[in-house]
Amino acid sequence: MACAMPCDPPGAGRATRIVLASDSMAVREALGRLVQALRLQALPEEDCGTAEIVLAEALNNVVEHAYAASPGEIELTVTLSGGALTCTIRDQGRPMPGALPPGTLPPLAPPDHIPEGGFGWYLIRALSRDLHYRRQDGHNLLSFRVGREQSPPGVGAVSRPETTPD
Amino acid sequence: MDLQPDNRGDMLVVRAMEPRIDAAVAIQFKDRMRDLLAAAPARVVLDLSQVQFLDSSGLGAVVAVMKHLGPGRRLELAGLTPTVQKVFRLTRMDSVFTIHPEVPDGLRDAV
Repeated sequence: MACAMPCDPPGAGRATRIVLASDSMAVREALGRLVQALRLQALPEEDCGTAEIVLAEALNNVVEHAYAASPGEIELTVTLSGGALTCTIRDQGRPMPGALPPGTLPPLAPPDHIPEGGFGWYLIRALSRDLHYRRQDGHNLLSFRVGREQSPPGVGAVSRPETTPD
Repeated sequence: MDLQPDNRGDMLVVRAMEPRIDAAVAIQFKDRMRDLLAAAPARVVLDLSQVQFLDSSGLGAVVAVMKHLGPGRRLELAGLTPTVQKVFRLTRMDSVFTIHPEVPDGLRDAV
C-alpha cells in the first residue's frame, strides 16, 4: 500500500513531513520520496546516502519493535538547513525499553558465526549526531542530525575552541 | 526478486537487478538466493552493481547467504555502489567478504 504522503512541499529550510504506515514497504516508499526531495534541495549525494541509511534503520526499528507488526502510523519530519538535516520520528508504538541501545558493533568472527543482525543502532549512532529519545504523551520521539555541521550564517572558517573533542 | 544467475562453469555469477535490498525484501532475497545456490560451484559472485541501497536487514541477508554456502564454497561480492559500500565499510563486513570493483574474470582472477 502506498501510504507515504508528503504533507508539505520541500523548500530551502522548510520541513518535509511524511506520514507513513508502519510497514517496511511504506518505509521504502517514504525514503524514496524524501531522498528525491533532498536531492532537489541540493543536498550532496553522499549526505543523501547517509541520511537514507540512518532513516531506514530508525524507521524499520519502529516497524519491527515499537509497533511489532501491528498497524500504526509513523510521522517523519526532516528539515534541511545549512547542509545539515534535522530528523524527527514520531510514533505511538511501545516505548523503548530503557535507554537507547548502545549500538556497539557485534564481533565478526568466527566465519560461521558472523552475526546477521544487530547492526541497526550501530549504523544510526555511527552516522548521526545529537541523537535523542523521549517518551511523551504516549508517543515515542526520536531525533537526530545528519550531514555537515552547521556554521553560523555569514561567518567563514571560524575556529571555535569550545568544540575541542573531550 | 530479480536475481539473474550466470553459470560460468567454475563460478556462478548472480546479478541482483533490484534497486534496493532492504527490510522489505530481505527474506525474498535470502529465499531466492538459496534456490539459485542449490547446485552452485565453489565460487559464487554476487554482482551488486545495480543495487543502490542496502540496509542492515539486507546486510544480514547477504551474511545469511554466505553462511548457507558453508565452508566448502564462498560468496564474493562485486560492484558495490557508494551507499552500499558505506554500509559494508562501517560494519567492517568489508573484512569478511572478498569485494571486487566489478565481476571478476573467472580464469584470470581465480584465487
